Amino acid sequence: MVDLSADVTLSKQPARVSAILAFARSNIFFVIAATVVAIFVLSAVFAPLVAPHPPLDQDMAAFMSPPLTESHVLGTDSFGRDLLSRTIYGARYALAIGFGAVLIGAMGGLIIGMAAGLSGGVTEWALMRFIDALLALPSLIMAIAFISILGQGVDKVILAVGVALIGPFSRTVRADVLQIKAQAFVEAAGLMGVKRLAIIWRHILPNVIFPLAVQATIRVSYAVLVSSGLSFLGIGVAPPTPDWGLMIAEGRSFVSFAPWIAGVPGTALAILLIALSIVGDGVREHFDPKLRK
Amino acid sequence: MLLFAAGKVLQTLMVLLIVSVVSFTLLKLAPGDPIQIMLGTENSPEAYASLMKQLGLDRPMVEQYFHWLKNFVTGDWGVSYVGKAPIFQYAFVEALPVTLTLAASALALSILIGVPLGVLSATRRGSGWDAITSVFTLTGTSFPSFYLGILLIWLFGVKLGLFPTMGFVAPWNDFWGGVAHMTLPAITLSIYFLAMIVRMTRANLIEVLEQPYIAAARARGEPNWRVVWVHGLRNILMPLVTILGLQLGALLQGAVLTETVFSLPGIGQMITNAVLNREYGIVQAGVMITACLFITTNLLVDLAYPYLDPRLRPR
Repeated sequence: MVDLSADVTLSKQPARVSAILAFARSNIFFVIAATVVAIFVLSAVFAPLVAPHPPLDQDMAAFMSPPLTESHVLGTDSFGRDLLSRTIYGARYALAIGFGAVLIGAMGGLIIGMAAGLSGGVTEWALMRFIDALLALPSLIMAIAFISILGQGVDKVILAVGVALIGPFSRTVRADVLQIKAQAFVEAAGLMGVKRLAIIWRHILPNVIFPLAVQATIRVSYAVLVSSGLSFLGIGVAPPTPDWGLMIAEGRSFVSFAPWIAGVPGTALAILLIALSIVGDGVREHFDPKLRK
Repeated sequence: MLLFAAGKVLQTLMVLLIVSVVSFTLLKLAPGDPIQIMLGTENSPEAYASLMKQLGLDRPMVEQYFHWLKNFVTGDWGVSYVGKAPIFQYAFVEALPVTLTLAASALALSILIGVPLGVLSATRRGSGWDAITSVFTLTGTSFPSFYLGILLIWLFGVKLGLFPTMGFVAPWNDFWGGVAHMTLPAITLSIYFLAMIVRMTRANLIEVLEQPYIAAARARGEPNWRVVWVHGLRNILMPLVTILGLQLGALLQGAVLTETVFSLPGIGQMITNAVLNREYGIVQAGVMITACLFITTNLLVDLAYPYLDPRLRPR
């Protein structure tokens, strides 16, 4: 009976709203995860309004105070800086680096993958071996190698992680290009005398961009993980930036008597990564016909 | 068969050669003049010129590359400026065994626990056990390993005092000491693989158990354990080995982070310290070792297929 009345109220709403509600009910984990990601994004954007203290302010009266101390809800670190505020500001760095790196990786992958898929002969062979070489190194190791040349800093981390992601992106783009190139509509356009560049621009590119966007959503969490890993190693973002990886590394030394210093940013990072991967999986399942139930 | 193997080996060598060209070029692009760094305070134009000639840096780039490649292959990797020790010795004798011990323990742990867990949740699909496992796999594949390591140090090292939390003891010198020191790092590194293996085993086994030959085995009256653990498992070996090969890169990069959490003097620590000290020669050695490990394992996976699946044996 209760269910029936719920259906009645639903049917009174416009069709689009009820469709969204139906989607939300069958994908409850996706909705929760998307909400969590949205909260992180919003608190990153409005960090100065949300955070109770500036991220670099030192409270001389409260070094390493545990969570729930007065005026420091989640405690302070070894410099007396408010952990909640630093974690909120840290979301800015994590998300900016994650999205920035994925953007660079996807652009690079698009260019190299398209070139490898569209060219033939020696060029294609050379590009394929180049992609193989890019894939021969795990992303973190490759990012470390680039960091050793570029130096430390937020912009350099974005660049290093972005370049490290080009390999996997270009492989999927090439596979998509090969598949689309063989389709009848591309052949038809060619027979109709449409110029090769126009075919690439109007028929192949739009069909490659969409799966690439889906891939990009999935890889954001990986980019966040790799970049925070770099900062954790002490070679990514430089202190005193409120970067989560850096904060976790600082907290590691105090784990025996002040575990919250690593615990607060670590938990934030873990929650964001889990939420991002649920969102990524959801997007992929929704748009990949092979995975649809 | 031999032709197939030879082709694969050749392709692997080709990729390694390209990796070496790329990493050599990057090394040359690195900022800072190695001669300046090596000379330190005793800098004079004559000393500079003689060292440049001695190191062969006045030669053309292509010649320098082949010279470097020859030295690399013969194990002459140069000397660390900071440690004043041969890099080859440092990388192969000191650092690599630590990383390999860590990676092997983590891999063994995740296979020994992951496969049975995956089988259990595949045969009890939809049960409470299956639900718990799926939450675990989701968390395990996206949890940051270095934070997990710190949590384990806090729980098992600080609170319970069960395991040492730092340093490496070689298990071939002191077996139980080595095992104790390796327990927390191995768990930290294995979680991602464990979750991955559980997920892969479950998904593939569910598919295999719906095949006609499984129904045939059941119809013959074979006991359930034999159907699942012999007929079922034999047929998911292929995808399992594939995913292990592909994920070896994740194992190596996870090892870098785990080594830093637990202060293990392996390849990861070696590369990280080299970046901080601007020792590009060591960074390059680390990059080449990682690439060799990764590519060789994938080659072994490719070569193993015909043994795992008779259908792939060339006739």
